[in-house]
Amino acid sequence: MAALAPTTPWTKGAKDDYRVCGVTTLKVDMHTERLIIANAIMAVVTLTLGGIAALLIALTRWQAIHLLDAAWFYRLLTLHGIDMLVAWVVFFEMALLTFGSTALLNARHAAPKLAWAGWGMMTVGGVLANIVVLFDPKNTVMFTAYVPLKAQPIFYFSYILYAVGALITTSTFFINVVVAKREKRFEGSLPLVVFGLMATAIIAVFTLLEGAAAIVPAFFWSLGVIAHYDPGIYRNFFWGFGHPAQQVNLAAMVSVWYMLANITIGIRPLNEKFSRLAFILYLFFINLGSAHHLLVDPGLTFAWKAVNTSYAMYLAVLGSMMHAFSIPGAMETAMRIKGHTKGLFGWLRDAPWNEPGFSSLVISMVLFGWVGGVTGVTIGTEQINMLVHNTMRLPGHFHATVVGGTTVAFMGFTYYVIPLIFRKELKLKKWAQWQPYVYGGGTALLSLGMITSGLQGVARRSWDITFAGVVPGTVNLTLAIFGIGALIAVVGGIMYIAVVLVSIFTGERKEAATILVAGGEGNPLLESASITEEQMEKKQNQPKGTFVLVFAFLVWFAVYYLANWWLLGRTWFIR
Amino acid sequence: MLAPEKTWWKPIGRMEKTWLTVALVWCVFLTVMMPLWYYMGKQNVPAETYKISPLDYNAKVTEFVEKYKVGEDTINGIKLPVVEAPGGSDVYIRASTWQWYPILQLRKGEQYRLHLSSMDLGHGFSLQPVNINLQVVPDYDYVATITPTTSGEFTIICNEFCSLGHHTMIGKIIVK
Repeated sequence: MAALAPTTPWTKGAKDDYRVCGVTTLKVDMHTERLIIANAIMAVVTLTLGGIAALLIALTRWQAIHLLDAAWFYRLLTLHGIDMLVAWVVFFEMALLTFGSTALLNARHAAPKLAWAGWGMMTVGGVLANIVVLFDPKNTVMFTAYVPLKAQPIFYFSYILYAVGALITTSTFFINVVVAKREKRFEGSLPLVVFGLMATAIIAVFTLLEGAAAIVPAFFWSLGVIAHYDPGIYRNFFWGFGHPAQQVNLAAMVSVWYMLANITIGIRPLNEKFSRLAFILYLFFINLGSAHHLLVDPGLTFAWKAVNTSYAMYLAVLGSMMHAFSIPGAMETAMRIKGHTKGLFGWLRDAPWNEPGFSSLVISMVLFGWVGGVTGVTIGTEQINMLVHNTMRLPGHFHATVVGGTTVAFMGFTYYVIPLIFRKELKLKKWAQWQPYVYGGGTALLSLGMITSGLQGVARRSWDITFAGVVPGTVNLTLAIFGIGALIAVVGGIMYIAVVLVSIFTGERKEAATILVAGGEGNPLLESASITEEQMEKKQNQPKGTFVLVFAFLVWFAVYYLANWWLLGRTWFIR
Repeated sequence: MLAPEKTWWKPIGRMEKTWLTVALVWCVFLTVMMPLWYYMGKQNVPAETYKISPLDYNAKVTEFVEKYKVGEDTINGIKLPVVEAPGGSDVYIRASTWQWYPILQLRKGEQYRLHLSSMDLGHGFSLQPVNINLQVVPDYDYVATITPTTSGEFTIICNEFCSLGHHTMIGKIIVK
């Protein structure tokens, strides 16, 4: 029988420094609680900064409005990339790693001082990066800072500080797990979610090391210590950091998916082996993805590009396709066990659509898989990339994955972190219930606008594309779709930040009594422990609806993928 | 989030097995498409590359322009040579902030060895509306063997950020 938290006593004088969560029965070390709060707050702060930049640059690229001048556009675009692609997600991930390695294992935080040092360095590094980009035009070099475009040494220094801090906090994840195991906090294997976070942490380690390999020489090159830095080598190492960083987001997001499904529906994994295998595929193959950014670079052979861009044989993609079945499948089975057995999709109709954790989960999975995943695999195909490289189709893809996928999932999870970890009453509940739809809808439109603009050749990271005089009139339409989507997403972002701030500052401080935001006394998380094998194996509880959905997904995938080959076949001959 | 049972190593169910098999077959198909297109397709990513210093590349461009110059045209108020080399020969484009030099004149259906390199920063060769995009990296001479299949005037835009004037970096290829 699965149990949520075994109850071995605490050891070594740490006895008093924990509380027992009344809703989840988890023991929460006070160090854990404070560290999660500190990391989550920095995540929301950087999200706010990145969001303000997002609004202004979107209103500039929306050609009809064209708000900022070129210098400010490029400057805020640099800031937007740093705050969103690195600071917001990594701070949130550090909170997740802290949570997973202690509370979920019923264990104490074994290295709080180290974790605070990590948080401190990340905070100083993150704040410094914002300041030097905002106040010194010499640091307008984009998030990627491609050598030989040179920034001030302090720019690279802030990157290094942030990355080392993240590396330190990640190391506390491993320390905590080892100590918890040694102190017998848990028996047997890690829970699936912690297993997923373990994959996240391992990917984070080699990601950050590759980041160091790219940025540390750039720092010395900027200081003048190194005279020449080969731009091709920099690109290779930078993307060894830049792409796997997004795979850290991926593994963390999938772990959050399992948590949200557990909290809101009360799932039991259909098959632990299946889900764990999928995480292992991420671990082994996802690092190769750095090649995605180098597909039309000089100096690399077809074989190198093809093997790396396909993660050996799309084996990391296989991992995602496995999760795409196992998570909705487990949700369907859990719903069917509760009696929602009508037809193929009765369970989906009866699902708690007003529970923000559930709606975030579904929106995140749909945007990540159907938009982000399908476009990502397609544009990461060696030859097809020639049609796509550095056009707006690229940000169109990763806004679906990092914003529509990761960010939506993290935001949805926040609504449970506030009552359970911050121990503050969640305010503006109606806003929280609408927020995933507004934010997800805006992001979907924004991605659509970017992808369709990119299909017409519109370049990314460009202040004004009308100079060239080659863009067809329909670009104005697609850029307007992008702009309107961005505005809606910004509204959704403001709703999220408002819920967080109002809850923190005006919410009553109290122990949470229930877990669901939409109300109801049920506690799916604890109830899931009583799901039996017999129930899951019953014919009426099989995930037939999910089975149909994944095949529908495959058809859409194939259509989009093959359409792109057709498009490639119409262009000039090139070799 | 729950701790798993002691033995969670259980056989995978029928539906998962079916999906896993289908997904794996799809992954194999995705993998096979690339080498298949490499041998049979007419649009492949160029791989031919030489290391070259910006100075040496510039000398080659200058020699090429002097040899084959046929006229002049203006982009962004700057006079640029229009250059036409016979089919089959090496043609050069030089990227620098914020200019593509020179203007190439090509013949439809003829094959050319197009050299791309940069004098300073990284640039993005983006030929519109053909929509072929290649990365231009300083220190590397990137050779694309191209055959224009449509005629008209084509614009090269820069799609790799190269500091403030990035969006003004426009070039031209004429295909007759």
